Amino acid sequence: MEKEIAGSMSTSATDNYLTHSRGLKSWLFTLDHKRIGVMYLVSIMTALAVGGFLAMLIRVELAAPGPTIMGNNSLLGSDPAAGKDIYNQIFTLHGAVMIFLFIIPGVPAALGNFVLPVMLGAKDVAFPRLNLVSYYLWVIGAAFFLLVLVSGGLDTGWTLYAPYSTSTDTRVLSAGLGVFILGFSSIFTGLNFIATVHTLRPPGMTWFKMPLFVWALYATAVIQVLATPVLGITVLLLAAELLFKVGIFDPALGGDPVLFQHFFWFYSHPAVYIMILPAMGIISETISVFSRKHIFGYKFIALSSVAIALLGFLVWGHHMFISGQSPLASMIFSALTFSVSIPSAIKVFNWLATMYKGSIQLDTPMCYALSFILLFGIGGLTGLFLGALSVDVILHDTYFVVAHFHYTMMGGTLVAFLAGLHYWWPKITGRMFNNRLGQIAALMVFLSFNLTFFPQFLLGTRGMPRRYFDYSDLSKLDSSFTLLNLHSSVGAFLLGGAMVLTLSYLVHSLFRGRPAPANPWGGNSLEWHCSSPPPHDNFASPPAVGDPYDFTGLEYDPDLGGYVPRRRSVPAPETQPVP
Amino acid sequence: MTDAKALPPEEADAGHHRFLAHHFDSPEQQFYTGKLGMWLFLTTEILFFGGLFCAYAVYRANHPDIFVDGHHFLSTALGATNTAVLIFSSLTMAWSVRSAQLSRTRGLIACLVTTLVCAFVFLGIKYVEYAEKMEHGLIPNRIYFERLEPRLAFEPDEAYLREKLSHYADPSAAGEDLDLRVRKVRIFFGIYFCMTGLHALHVIAGIGVILWILVRSLKGHFSSAYFGPVDYVGLYWHLVDLIWIYLFPLLYLIH
Amino acid sequence: MSEPTSSPTQGEPAAGRGSGPHVVPLAVLVAVFAALIALTYLTVAATHYDLGDWNLAIAMGIASVKALLVALYFMHLRYDHPLFALIFAAGLVFVFLFISLTLLDTLEYQSDTDPWADTLTRSGEPQTPMPLRSGSRTLNTNPKRKRGELSAG
Repeated sequence: MEKEIAGSMSTSATDNYLTHSRGLKSWLFTLDHKRIGVMYLVSIMTALAVGGFLAMLIRVELAAPGPTIMGNNSLLGSDPAAGKDIYNQIFTLHGAVMIFLFIIPGVPAALGNFVLPVMLGAKDVAFPRLNLVSYYLWVIGAAFFLLVLVSGGLDTGWTLYAPYSTSTDTRVLSAGLGVFILGFSSIFTGLNFIATVHTLRPPGMTWFKMPLFVWALYATAVIQVLATPVLGITVLLLAAELLFKVGIFDPALGGDPVLFQHFFWFYSHPAVYIMILPAMGIISETISVFSRKHIFGYKFIALSSVAIALLGFLVWGHHMFISGQSPLASMIFSALTFSVSIPSAIKVFNWLATMYKGSIQLDTPMCYALSFILLFGIGGLTGLFLGALSVDVILHDTYFVVAHFHYTMMGGTLVAFLAGLHYWWPKITGRMFNNRLGQIAALMVFLSFNLTFFPQFLLGTRGMPRRYFDYSDLSKLDSSFTLLNLHSSVGAFLLGGAMVLTLSYLVHSLFRGRPAPANPWGGNSLEWHCSSPPPHDNFASPPAVGDPYDFTGLEYDPDLGGYVPRRRSVPAPETQPVP
Repeated sequence: MTDAKALPPEEADAGHHRFLAHHFDSPEQQFYTGKLGMWLFLTTEILFFGGLFCAYAVYRANHPDIFVDGHHFLSTALGATNTAVLIFSSLTMAWSVRSAQLSRTRGLIACLVTTLVCAFVFLGIKYVEYAEKMEHGLIPNRIYFERLEPRLAFEPDEAYLREKLSHYADPSAAGEDLDLRVRKVRIFFGIYFCMTGLHALHVIAGIGVILWILVRSLKGHFSSAYFGPVDYVGLYWHLVDLIWIYLFPLLYLIH
Repeated sequence: MSEPTSSPTQGEPAAGRGSGPHVVPLAVLVAVFAALIALTYLTVAATHYDLGDWNLAIAMGIASVKALLVALYFMHLRYDHPLFALIFAAGLVFVFLFISLTLLDTLEYQSDTDPWADTLTRSGEPQTPMPLRSGSRTLNTNPKRKRGELSAG
């Protein structure tokens, strides 16, 4: 019996979701969540490349004080004044593209869409057509951003603050429309996931038997559904202000610009939890599997995801400490901000406890997972610095903030995304990538990331403001500004190189990679119980549900290069305690 | 589970399987999931309008006198009529869901048509109100494209505003002169159009989906075995009514 | 009545009494409609009495009763799985959270700014908007301070 199962899982099935139907139309009009996930994956990685390219431009410019490539009689501006304008547009678009096109859809849309139904043993998400609509909304939103890029740019910063955004003649309206549409893409994905988790679980999978990645996606979906509509109304009011001068944000007409910030951050703060929660879910999965040990504190990790989702709605004012927000509100928000760090810390301690006395497999996903713990740890701790009201007054709008959110969003979410990408790559593509290259690239990412962003903490505390085209005034006072910026730029280029390396060996694996077994890493959640790649319908009949973190029933088969159910009928002796 | 008496056997089978999506195991699961999805969508609409209500709250807290002055330009009678019309349409919508559940196709169609008529009446009354405001130039002006279409950038009829406001004492009791009140009250109309305009857009969208359900009802898709879409559209329509229930006192019934 | 196969272990509503989901009796629908019309009449009538701040509270209260009736009966929440009511309530809670914290903030500093007095000249043309948060700011401990009165210092 076991041999049969092993046999059926041993080769990539001849009929899987990739081969099920052929032709462009079968992809463009697909209702298969796996194909939609793959389309999302390709699309958001393209967005990552565009955003990354813009980042490279920024780092080249900032490598030395004064105009470097912008405003230097170049393609990017003929004089410093023009160079300044171009610089404003580039950092605005870098932020907007990375946030709205890459990170927010990121893990849920690209990896979650593929993995969630399979993890639940379901045939698809609850609303497959809505899923396809979500994807096309992403594409349309991206088209609007492209329109902005080629037709005059946007220089307000990705935060679109009034009153500048209501009076500039750059493409605020197009960008706003793009954001509105992308918001709906996000809302529909969240709606779909909530409904899927509620109604499509298999018999026996109660809430506390779900994998933690599902908990993470669920908590994220709750935020997406509750917070994103407020972004929609914010953009709508911005449009009304631009088109009809209604006066809501214009003090000359009785309005209040700080109100715009309240509106904007009521969404955008919970948005950062949309970014990080699924990433943490990936880490929970990978830490457990690659320590060959049951996750420690399952219930705490599951409930902490929900806690982060809810508490995240109470702290938006910490982005507005120096905006003119009343001191009373600022104090309340500062106090509440400290509470949000607690559930995140709980997760980190549980991950470390999981690794303790485990059998660590340093495959590529684990390298990224370990990076995450350190980098997100730094990012999260520096968030506490910024949450303290008095300290934030000094650090607001300096490079300290820039370093903080890059550590959390890039060192956190992007690194976890890479972990998940490598973890599920065999499942999605049916191919194994070169693990050695993966480990080298992961190390390169880790080192170059720190080289890029750690100096920025120092720049921030020394007073370098963010969004500044030219820091030569500062360099004249202290040459460390130049040196630190140079380090940061060198690191950025190495980081870009690491990403290119990663992309190369992953693409190479599509053509030359070894066919993947059903369970290369030895996970026990349901996606590892079907072939790699999965068949069109995922499972012929709902699979049996066990403990997703119980690895005692699996053993490594060297001929297969993957894990199979343990052949002995007597269960293996319990060597690890199950909490 | 199906009320087999309501339909001839062959239709009962069609209702069972014809609209059952492949990834659901049973019609009950599909119906429950559909309702869950619709309630999640309604929650997003609540948050969406909630933002507008927040802007309203902040504005009214900061400038209550503008709202007192502004509401004189709205007709309470028309607003109350619209409220009654929407409430009635909610009744007919709920009735149509009931008809679908009992496989009474004729009743279903009659109720849907009545709901549609009410929706059009609502929009008609709104048109009357908006037209009156446009006539006096109270539409928020300085349209973005005024460089391209100068004739669209019209100014409000200040004489009309002055005349009306002169009948009422200055609500802020700070002794403001009529000129200042006239200038301030223009902002009220911006808020009025934003809120009722967004609501009207939702009414139009509602008309669209009710029409879709009507077409399907005429084709005989709905019965006690399958009436989910009618229920979901009904929920959406009730939300439109709910939002108006709050808009009406906030804009029209200011004292 | 057959149980739905492979239903989730929790979450599906118990089907209503008898076969199929619950059907609201017509009498209930019409009664709710009548109540809604009556409440609308009441709320319009209430505006003819000047009760100061209570007018707004009464109007909102009546609107909330109407909303509750629509939600419970027309939207079927009374007879459905409590999850739906929970989802709806969650939306309302977060709107309430948003409005209350934002209002708290704006009311704290509104007495410091009165743009109308400073920004509109006699001819009605807006001047450059006054600097928003000028001067030193102290915690406003007197929320009843009159509008237009600038804070000391």
